[in-house]
Amino acid sequence: MKPGLFETWLTVDRKGLYCRPGGFHIDPYGGAKRAVITHGHSDHARPGHDHVLATQETLAVMTSRLGTPAKRGAQAAVYGEKLKVGDVSVTLFPAGHVLGSAQVLIEWKGARVVISGDYKRSADPTCPSFELVPCDLFVTEATFALPVFQHGNAREEVAKLLRSRERFPERAHVVGVYGLGKCQRVIALLREQGYERPIYLHGALAECCALYESFGVRLGDLKSATGATREELKGEIVLAPPSAIADRWSRRMPDPVTAFASGWMRIRARARQQGVELPLVISDHADWRELTATIEETGAEEVWVTHGREDALLHHIQTTGRRGRALALIGREDEDQ
Amino acid sequence: MKAFAELLDRLAYTPSRNDKLSLLAGYFAAAPDPDRGYALAALTDGLFFRLPLRRILTDLVASRVDPVLFDLSRDYVGDTAETIALIWPGGGKGAEPPQLAAVVETLQSALPMEVPRLLAAWLDQLDATGRWALIKLLTGALRVGVSARLAKTALAEWSGVPLSDIEEVWHCVDPPYQALFAWLSGKGPRPETGARATFRPLMLSHQIEDRELQSIDPKDFVAEWKWDGVRVQAAHQGGERRLFSRTGDDISGAFPDVVEAIPEGVVLDGELLVVRDGEVAPFNDLQQRLNRKTVTGAMLKSHPAHIRLYDILFDRGEDLRPLPFIQRRARLEAWHAMHAPRRIDISSLIDFSSIAELEALWAGARETGIEGLMLKRRLSPYIAGRPKGHWYKWKRAPLTIDAVLMYAQRGSGKRSSYYSDYTFGAWRDGENGEPELVPVGKSYFGFTDEELRELDAFVRNHTVDSFGPVRQVEAKLVFEVAFDSVHRSSRHKSGVAMRFPRINRIRWDKPAEEADRLETLKAMIVD
Repeated sequence: MKPGLFETWLTVDRKGLYCRPGGFHIDPYGGAKRAVITHGHSDHARPGHDHVLATQETLAVMTSRLGTPAKRGAQAAVYGEKLKVGDVSVTLFPAGHVLGSAQVLIEWKGARVVISGDYKRSADPTCPSFELVPCDLFVTEATFALPVFQHGNAREEVAKLLRSRERFPERAHVVGVYGLGKCQRVIALLREQGYERPIYLHGALAECCALYESFGVRLGDLKSATGATREELKGEIVLAPPSAIADRWSRRMPDPVTAFASGWMRIRARARQQGVELPLVISDHADWRELTATIEETGAEEVWVTHGREDALLHHIQTTGRRGRALALIGREDEDQ
Repeated sequence: MKAFAELLDRLAYTPSRNDKLSLLAGYFAAAPDPDRGYALAALTDGLFFRLPLRRILTDLVASRVDPVLFDLSRDYVGDTAETIALIWPGGGKGAEPPQLAAVVETLQSALPMEVPRLLAAWLDQLDATGRWALIKLLTGALRVGVSARLAKTALAEWSGVPLSDIEEVWHCVDPPYQALFAWLSGKGPRPETGARATFRPLMLSHQIEDRELQSIDPKDFVAEWKWDGVRVQAAHQGGERRLFSRTGDDISGAFPDVVEAIPEGVVLDGELLVVRDGEVAPFNDLQQRLNRKTVTGAMLKSHPAHIRLYDILFDRGEDLRPLPFIQRRARLEAWHAMHAPRRIDISSLIDFSSIAELEALWAGARETGIEGLMLKRRLSPYIAGRPKGHWYKWKRAPLTIDAVLMYAQRGSGKRSSYYSDYTFGAWRDGENGEPELVPVGKSYFGFTDEELRELDAFVRNHTVDSFGPVRQVEAKLVFEVAFDSVHRSSRHKSGVAMRFPRINRIRWDKPAEEADRLETLKAMIVD
C-alpha cells in the first residue's frame, strides 16, 4: 500500500468502495463490518452493517427508515471533527445535498482523499452548504454529468409554480418530489417566497418532514392530503412521491396540474414521458458547471467518478490533464427522482 | 422572443385543448404587433427562410462545444435542436433578448454570410427556453401540439369574431397579419376577399339517427352518394388556383393534376378521390397522396386524382351560397356542361320516392368508393358550419370483429393516470403451429368513463410486462371492435389496417380463444 498510489489502499470489492488502512467501506451494499455513510438516501444508506459512522442527522434518517442504523454500534460525527478510524483519520464536511449529507475526507500518511457522496453547490435552506475540501484524490458523483444539465435558480422554478397556481385557481397542483430532501427543500422555498397556506402531503412524505422539523428546519403548516376533500384541495399545493403524481392516487385531486421537481425535468422527453405538465428544474445534485468547477477547485490531480453519466465527465477530466477513472459501483440508481 | 418562447414552452407541456386555447388567446391579447403576427404565422402555415439554418446551427455549436460532449449529450437528449438549446454555453446574459419580429425581419433580409454571426449573438442573449424556441422557429418544426385550426380557433375566442369569418379571410392576409389583427381588435375593416381564391368555410352534415330517418319527408329532400375520399374546396379566382382541405389548409401542392383542371371564376365543393378508368380507387390509394407537400411524376400517373362535385359556391364572381340547394344544383350542372373540365365530374342525384325505397337502394349499393348516403334539403342555402336540419349523413352499419387486448398505454391529459389506449390482436398460426396474436389495430374510444375505470383495473391486474408507458397484458379480454373498412398495409405486421376502429363492446364474457382470426379480417378487405 502506497499513499500516492490510491488504488493500493482504496479498493472496490463486492460491497463497494473500501478503505484498507481504515478497515471500512463507504456507502456499502450489503452488510459490512464497518461503514461510513454519506447520507440517508436508500441507495447509500443500506441496512445490515455492524458499525456505522455518519452525521447525527443521517443516523436519525436511517433509524426512521430502517429501524436501526447499525446492528452493533452507531457513531455520530460532527462536521469538521477529525476522528481516528483504524490507521486513518476521517473528517465529515457538509455536502449540501440533503439534511445530514457529508463528504468524507480520509487522511493517510500525508495523502488526502475526499469522497463527495452526492452534493450540490447551490443554496438550500434546509441543509448546510457544501464546503470545499482541498485534496489529492476526489471521488465525485456524476448524476448530471452532461453539459446539457445546467440547473437554473430553484427560486425561479418555485415562483413558476406559484404563478401557475394563480393562473389555475380551480385546480390542485400536485408536485412530485423525492421524499428525503427535495420535499423539504420545495416546502422551504415556498415559505421563503411568502407562501403561508397549508401544504398538503401524501402519506409517504410526513415522516421525513417531521424528522427535518425535529432538527429545527421550519416547514410551516403541513396537512395530510389523504383525508382532504376534493373541494378543499382546489387551488392548493400537494406534494407526493413521483410514482403517485400521475397514478391512481392523484385521481382524487380536482383537475390536477401535474408538476415534478427534479433535475431531469430539463429534458423535455423525460417530462413528457411522465405526463408532467409543469416541469420544475430543481435538483439536489451538482450540475455540469458545478461538477467541473468543483473538480478544478479541489486541486485534485486524480478524480474517480462513481455513478451517473461518467463517460462525459471522464472525457472532460482527461482534457484537463488529470487522471480519471470510472468506479463501477453496483446498486446505484438514477437518482434525483 | 421571451413571451413567444414561454408560449411555446407551455403549449408543449399542456395536453388539454381548452388550456391551449386559453394560453394562445392570452398571448394574442398581450403581445404587440408585429410579434403576434409572426407567432401566428409560425403556428399556422410556418415561416420559411431560404437559408441552410440546420447546417449553420450545427457548425456554430461545433465551434463552441467539444464534439465528444455534444454527441454524448445528443444521444441522451434525443433531439438535436433541444441539445443545442441546452448545451449552448453561457447565454441569458448581457443584452436584452431580441424581439420575435426583429429576428424574423432581420433574417428575411440578411445576407447568407451574416447569418452565423447573427444567430450566435441571439443564442448568447437568450436563456435555454428562448434558444429552444428560436431553433424551433428557424427550423420550421414547432411540434407543440397546435394545429393551424386550433390557432385560428384561439383567434376567434380572443376576438369574438366567428371562426368561419376568420377562415374566409385567412388566405387573403399575409404575415405578419397586421390587417387581420386590426380587424379582429375592432380597429380596422374586414380584409377584402372579393376577387381572390380564398377558402370559404364548408357546410357540414349531421349523422342521421334511425328515428329521424322515419320523419324525413322525401318531397323535401334529395339524396346523393357520399364518396369515400376527402372533402375539398376547389377555387380559381383572380388568376389564383387553389385546393383546400375541409379545414381550410391549402393542399394545392400535392394535387397539381386536379388544380390545373379548375376553370376560371369558380368555387366548387366536392370529394377528392383517386379514379382509374372511371372507377373510384380505395381510400388507401388516396392516402398515398395526402400529407405530402409535393408529388412525384410516377405517383401522378399511378394515382390520378379526381374531384367529384357536390356543390357550387361562386360562379364568375357571383356568390351562389344564399340560393336554395336545387337552384345551385342547376347552376352546377349548367356550369359543368359548359366547361366540361377534365378530372372533374358531378356526383349524381339518386331518385327516390320513399325512405323504404332509398333503404333498399342503399342496401344494394355495391359500387366501391361509396362511404354513405347524403340527404340534403331542397331549399337549404349553403351555410358555413354544421347547421341543424339541413344536411344528413347516413353511414353504412360498421364492420365488426372480436379481437383480444394485447397492450395498453397511458392516455394524456385527464386520462394520464389511466391505461386508456388499447392495442388489440387477432389470432393466426405461429411458426411453431401454435396460435399466436398479431396486433391489428389500436383505439382509445368507444367506451364509457365507468368502463374505462374497469379496463384500467383489468390492465393493472393482468400486466405481464411493461415498457415505459406501455403494458403488455395477458391474452384474456375480448373487445368487439367496430370499424368502417379494412385495407392492405405493408407498414403493419398483420398486413392490414383498419379505418376508424373503436371499442364497440367489451366482451367480458367471451373466452380469448374464441376471438376472430386474422383471415376473417383479411376477408373483409375491399380492394
